[in-house]
Amino acid sequence: MIKTDVVIVGAGPVGLFAVHQLGIKGLKSEVIDNLDKAGGQCIELYPDKPIYDIAGIPECTGEELTKNLLDQIKPFKTNFHFNERVQEIKNDGNNWILKTSKNKIFSSPNIIIAGGVGSFEPRKLSVKDAEKYEDKNVFYSVTDKNKFKGKKISIFGGGDSALDWALELSKIANVTLIHRREEFRGAPHTLGELKKIGKVDIKTKYQLASIEGGEKIKSINIKSDDGKETQIETDYILSFFGLIMKLGPISEWGLNMDKKTIKVNTENFETNKKGIFAIGDICTYPGKLKLILSGFHEGALASVECFKRARPNEKYRFEFTTSSKEIQARLGVKNK
Amino acid sequence: MPKITYIESTGEQRTIDVQKGLSVMEGAIQNKIPGIDADCGGGMACATCHVYVKEEWFNKLPKAEDGEQDMIDMAYEPKKNSRLSCQLIVSDELDGMVVTTPTKQT
Ligand SMILES: Cc1cc2nc3c(=O)[nH]c(=O)nc-3n(C[C@H](O)[C@H](O)[C@H](O)COP(=O)(O)OP(=O)(O)OC[C@H]3O[C@@H](n4cnc5c(N)ncnc54)[C@H](O)[C@@H]3O)c2cc1C
Ligand code: FES
Repeated sequence: MIKTDVVIVGAGPVGLFAVHQLGIKGLKSEVIDNLDKAGGQCIELYPDKPIYDIAGIPECTGEELTKNLLDQIKPFKTNFHFNERVQEIKNDGNNWILKTSKNKIFSSPNIIIAGGVGSFEPRKLSVKDAEKYEDKNVFYSVTDKNKFKGKKISIFGGGDSALDWALELSKIANVTLIHRREEFRGAPHTLGELKKIGKVDIKTKYQLASIEGGEKIKSINIKSDDGKETQIETDYILSFFGLIMKLGPISEWGLNMDKKTIKVNTENFETNKKGIFAIGDICTYPGKLKLILSGFHEGALASVECFKRARPNEKYRFEFTTSSKEIQARLGVKNK
Repeated sequence: MPKITYIESTGEQRTIDVQKGLSVMEGAIQNKIPGIDADCGGGMACATCHVYVKEEWFNKLPKAEDGEQDMIDMAYEPKKNSRLSCQLIVSDELDGMVVTTPTKQT
């Protein structure tokens, strides 16, 4: 069991800055995110797009902002737990016990939920039976390409993942690439290469209609816009339709919700449960703006209440980073 | 104010006055129309504001840019008349437009 002052659910920009606000108050935090890296929407949805409304930074991309936030919290040597989703929370006296999808257990007086619009997960195929075959014959990512050797693979999608895997797997398997329009979103040179090598059967203007099989998949039916159906013998389906945000287990934690957001008290961003806070896109209150800068403010206020709960015998003192020797020591600033 | 009609996959139909300049997505969110999630808040990054636009209106719309088409690829059950409602800006020309929401968004 990992004991800490604060567990932060979500490593988006708002969760990252909360680490800072807690850190300068001397609080340790552990950060959990379902993604394989920090940055949330900024890194997953718009790494290359410039943001123009971060106070004091005229222009920076989603990726640059993430990098800067990570640099800013380096002194606190925070532990990140990636590729893990927070599944359950339960109360244990003054503490909360959290459990992740990898069965890691945390104990802490404070939880800050900075979960955005939910955890990022692969977008699943919608046809009947897709779920039944998931992780057996239907995959949303490739972990071991050798299992596809000599097999018949149907790949869906029009982005880089679909094109890259079509090219890569065509060296060891029989690949059909299926996409709903003629234009591909992925890199033109990968598509060019695929066409040049000519080993991949590319079917455009088709979508998956149904899956046929028993224990295993035997074939799939694909359908064009004008209703034409074609059957393709298939052992494995790979589907690359990007990531989607799913609120997931958060909705089952007994918090006061308004659709997909959590209601908070704007004095300290606490939810209806003592010691559970919500900041960033996932919180709601009258006038809430889903902006990064609002999330930073929300984290600052939540960190004060976290301090009070984690250090019940100490008095919270408001201090500036420019003048507090204590804060500067925590930041590793060498005093001149 | 222009009127926009939102039809759910169940057939339930609502006609709403939407202010000019707002997107069809915003019109739905402000009026709590079910069936449009808009998880990315209009950033053209989630495709959970996906709608089917009735033929006669579909042809009147400005063409979808590449980024929108790329997102529609990932939407739930896209069709020929699929658009992202966050990219459809309400104007007098679109007064009376009818959009249908998919059976689900994710
Ligand atoms: C295209 C686009 C452009 C934008 N432009 C701007 C802009 O110019 N200016 C601006 O201020 N804002 C902009 N935004 C909005 C901004 O990105 C969000 O407000 C911001 O990302 C919210 O940060 P967050 O940390 O609250 O949540 P997110 O960035 O959504 O991060 C939440 C993280 O929590 C994780 N998570 C959720 N639930 C769990 C769980 N149960 N277990 C583990 N992990 C979990 C998720 O995987 C995710 O990584 C834009 C958004 C988009 C999509
Ligand atoms: S609201 Fe996300 S793409 Fe339209």
